[in-house]
Amino acid sequence: MSAILTYALHYEGEFNKNSLGAVSEAAKLAGEIGGEAAAVVVGDGDDLTDDLCKSLGKYGAAKVFRAEAPEGLAQPVVDVMAKVIQDEGFRYALFGGGLLGFEIGAGLTARLNAGVTMEVTEVKAQDGKLVAVRPVLQDSAIVDVEYVSEPGIIIGRLNAFDTPEPGEGDAEVVDVDVQLEEHSTRAKMVQRGEQRGADVNIEDADLLVAGGRGLGSAEGFEQCEQLAEALGGAVAATRAVVDAGWYPYAAQIGQTGKTVAPKLYLAAGISGAIQHKVGMQSSENIVAINKDPNAPIFEFSDLGVVGDLNKILPKLTEAVKARKGAG
Amino acid sequence: VKICVLVKEVPDAAVEKRLDPGTKRLDRSGEKNLNPFDTHAIEAAMQIREGGAIDVDEIVAVTMGPESAFRALHKAVSLGADRSVHLTDEALAGSDVAATGYALAKVLGSESPDLVLLGQQSDDGECYTIGAVVADHLKMPSLTQVIKIEAEGDKLRCERQAEYGYDTVEVELPAVISVGDAINEPRYPSLKAIMGAKKKQLDTKSASDVGIEADRVGEEGSRTAVLAVNDPPQKQAGEIIEDEDTGETVEKIVAWLDERKLLA
Repeated sequence: MSAILTYALHYEGEFNKNSLGAVSEAAKLAGEIGGEAAAVVVGDGDDLTDDLCKSLGKYGAAKVFRAEAPEGLAQPVVDVMAKVIQDEGFRYALFGGGLLGFEIGAGLTARLNAGVTMEVTEVKAQDGKLVAVRPVLQDSAIVDVEYVSEPGIIIGRLNAFDTPEPGEGDAEVVDVDVQLEEHSTRAKMVQRGEQRGADVNIEDADLLVAGGRGLGSAEGFEQCEQLAEALGGAVAATRAVVDAGWYPYAAQIGQTGKTVAPKLYLAAGISGAIQHKVGMQSSENIVAINKDPNAPIFEFSDLGVVGDLNKILPKLTEAVKARKGAG
Repeated sequence: VKICVLVKEVPDAAVEKRLDPGTKRLDRSGEKNLNPFDTHAIEAAMQIREGGAIDVDEIVAVTMGPESAFRALHKAVSLGADRSVHLTDEALAGSDVAATGYALAKVLGSESPDLVLLGQQSDDGECYTIGAVVADHLKMPSLTQVIKIEAEGDKLRCERQAEYGYDTVEVELPAVISVGDAINEPRYPSLKAIMGAKKKQLDTKSASDVGIEADRVGEEGSRTAVLAVNDPPQKQAGEIIEDEDTGETVEKIVAWLDERKLLA
């Protein structure tokens, strides 16, 4: 019996980590409510091989529905998933925490007149149904949400579902032929996955100094770089400053960037929006410096400093150098 | 072309937000303001008009919300919209994302826009999703979290960050585009624009005016229900230092780092 359908995003012959998390979460939940978990894959390149599709079986997918359609855009996937859900009778659709998952889930909500929950951090099986758990209002409350009809759409928060080690087994690959809606053909990918700015490695650093809008300008990052150098770490950035062109994309933490868990995460001028928090909240020690005492980051930092970065960072750099020199 | 900008009144950023324990809905009493993300959508509409690559006949601000939400429309008009439409009806109260998206699509449909713009998220809850819900109902191509729009004839060239870097996508009009706050710096309204906003045309519509089926909206029409509201697991509050004497502050930070062997 078909229970839970997921979307597995792939790029250049590899599945997305959050998608694999969603596939294995779906398999676990399907076991609890009864039925099978399956995944939809969509692409127009030659990298969606039988072997790649079958490999989702190692994460618990019983079946993989493969459709040929433009990749990297949500609406063609909505068409494919809507058809598979209706033909096969899936009760839920589950997405990992990426941008496309939000768009596809939202599109399915409209297409199937289905309930949707987003930013979900946990899914529970209760009385043969799924209940989504999601934080709301800047994580100040957590609500349990049920679906009053099926199908139900569940959009996870980034990193909500752990990616397990692959197990054994192959998924059955089913090719599906889907006539795309007219509107799904009116957006075209011109360029995908463009990297902007220098290629920097932040994922291997034990100590990270991360800069946000509070630095005031691109030049403000020099202070972060000097502090990072003194600490022997690397520099990371928020989405806002990357989009503003202050720092390279490769250094971005959060929803559409990287996820890190260093020993020290020193956040300079970062307010701590959810989209940033999801990429760094597992850091061992979080230090935040911000002039706004009400910044949300102080609610999940271990040490919070309310003050002016321009005054604190240079002195802190000197003090760290002095301490390390003495030690 | 006609651009409709979806806007929303949200609790002011300075107001502490809470869920009403009885209704399990957001307590919407207290100071309210135009959702900051929506000001970027209005600015994006203004820049398309001023850019001249597309001939913009009209920019219309559209909202759904209680009676008080007309203030968000006045603000939107002061920022550049030519007129506004307010969908308000008791029957809509308590609508979830599915019901809200359906209702918004209906009121937008009555305006037949060539482009719908909106902010990618609102300060009070649902993130990233409304644009894509509305687009599917309207059968328009759609893109969310867009940070750059270039108009070229009847197409928009849009940029955004996706899972693997920056994507550039060409979208044909009519379309629904939600924008991020990096897309522009919204202008400040002039005093004249603020004063004049109240005089611009504001049409108030009920659910039946725009053909909304009553059983698809409100609490009844919603496809989700909140079972329980809980407190988040409490993380032990961190230590806070107010920087008064920077020398002293820095000493405290270094000592704190040292204690955790982070300066080894």
